[in-house]
Amino acid sequence: MDLLGFALRRIGTIVPTLFAVSVLIFLLQQLLPGDPALALAGDERTPEVIEQIRQRYGFDKPLPVQYANWIGKAVLGDLGESYRTRAPVTKLIASTLPVTMELAVLAMLLALVTGIPAGVIAAVRDRRAGGTLVNVISLSGLSVPHFWLGIMMILLFSVDLGWLPASGYVPPWEDLGRNLITLIMPAIVLGTRVAAVLMRHTRSAMLEILQSDYIRTAHAKGLPQWRVVTKHALRNALVPVITLATIEFGYLLSGAVLTEQIFSIPGMGKLIVDAVFNRDYAVVQGVVLIAATLYIMMNLVGDLLYFVVSPRMRA
Amino acid sequence: MSVTTAGEETLERRSRNRALRRFLRRRSAVAAGIVLLLFIVIALAAPLISPYNPIATNFLLVRKPPSALHWLGTDEVGRDVLARLIWGARASLLAGVIPVCIALGFSIPLGLLSGYAGGWIDSVIMRVADAMLAIPFLIVAIALTAFLGPSLGNAMIAIGIAALPTFVRLARGAVLSLKSEDYVEAARAIGNSPFRIAWRHILPNMVPPLLVQACITVAAAIIAEASLSFLGLGQAPPAPSWGSMLNAGQRYLAAAPWIAIWPGVAIFAVVLAVNIFGDGLRDALDPKRR
Repeated sequence: MDLLGFALRRIGTIVPTLFAVSVLIFLLQQLLPGDPALALAGDERTPEVIEQIRQRYGFDKPLPVQYANWIGKAVLGDLGESYRTRAPVTKLIASTLPVTMELAVLAMLLALVTGIPAGVIAAVRDRRAGGTLVNVISLSGLSVPHFWLGIMMILLFSVDLGWLPASGYVPPWEDLGRNLITLIMPAIVLGTRVAAVLMRHTRSAMLEILQSDYIRTAHAKGLPQWRVVTKHALRNALVPVITLATIEFGYLLSGAVLTEQIFSIPGMGKLIVDAVFNRDYAVVQGVVLIAATLYIMMNLVGDLLYFVVSPRMRA
Repeated sequence: MSVTTAGEETLERRSRNRALRRFLRRRSAVAAGIVLLLFIVIALAAPLISPYNPIATNFLLVRKPPSALHWLGTDEVGRDVLARLIWGARASLLAGVIPVCIALGFSIPLGLLSGYAGGWIDSVIMRVADAMLAIPFLIVAIALTAFLGPSLGNAMIAIGIAALPTFVRLARGAVLSLKSEDYVEAARAIGNSPFRIAWRHILPNMVPPLLVQACITVAAAIIAEASLSFLGLGQAPPAPSWGSMLNAGQRYLAAAPWIAIWPGVAIFAVVLAVNIFGDGLRDALDPKRR
């Protein structure tokens, strides 16, 4: 199968999933106890105000019509307006999404440059001790509540040592250096779990590959050890990492909610938490829809990359 | 018939004993089990062992460091941190178990229905599960709590619903693979009703994969509850929960770091124990996957 055919077929499966996701997110509103207009009215619950809200947001129309209106606008980039500030939800997301993406990408990079080499070293060097060490580190990385890790890092590096700022995000176009300094702790905190997952995976994949025939052949040819490991073994061990990294990307989006809260970073995670407290349901729905769409797209990109680098898939 | 049933039961018991022996050989998993048991005992015995009332404030004792009277110090309104930690174990452990019960309770019938009925019922259930899996776990939980309203109960429901699709997929997969097993075909051939087959032959064999997933999910659910409570979407103050203690602790990090340290240590210890226990359980139940 060629790449185009595979891509088209894969995109074909995305459409029904996106449709189902959007229906679920739309139906969230039905969970509100009682009349959503009543919930939105807050303290000014006069019949006129409620009627006005009902008409303004289309609550007086049947559900399928409400959904069709909502999704029709969403497809065109209109996710409604914040009930609180009346700002367009799309605009709120557009201003916060790049911040979250930068944080997620930094976290992923940190996880890649620490997790993969650690996994390789643990597989190549002393097998038993390496295995135990990797197990301990990766299980700890998976188990530590990373928002607590963030608080502890603030305690150490900001409060005690005074090396890094605990908050105060600066956009990269204003001051890139300052931007990276404020993001380094959040990125480490967010990347911990992914690093642990990558380390565990890389070690077990490397152990399996290092026992295969073609590695023995490479050794027999007299190639130096580092070349066998990096060129022959690691290359194949890394193929599934692509899928793993895209799956973990969903975790980064989830984790960013807490990380942004701890370090006061004005990203999409902080946007959704503030919206929850303000009962700004349009913003909540918008953020969830965008997060899900991003995650689905990342998985698509991951699958396509996997298809490109893995010759077996093309057979 | 009675002969085969007796034979079946001996076989079942034997394989269960084998799994138990395999589990007991893994010392780290057994140790993790003991740690978990300890936390459960602490949670159950909270009224007996807690040194102070966890919600009684005392403005003479605001943010006092650890001392002989208050081993782990006091918090921002003079409550004993150790007492809150002990009582908070209840919220955290419940939040680990109840969402998993919700997910299991719904996923087993849904998985059986999906795997057995096939056709459009299967397609609808699977599309919805896929759609839920497309939204990152904690974001589903946050969105659900937003609409249900913040409380510990709603946080647990939200986490349970967020965990549901993984369980449904697993249950359905188990049903599909078990459906074509020889012994199930045989049971059908001798005229057993679908309900009896599901109950006697399929359900017991769905348990191992679901049990392992349940363990993983308990760990995830404890962290998720702590996260929601940390954000202020879970346990309502003044009732103690490890997540909400961390929230308060962060605000007084410079002046009273002990408020934030211990709840995190407790979460870490419980989740680590659950994960090690789960690893041991997986290896014992499914030695092929090691």
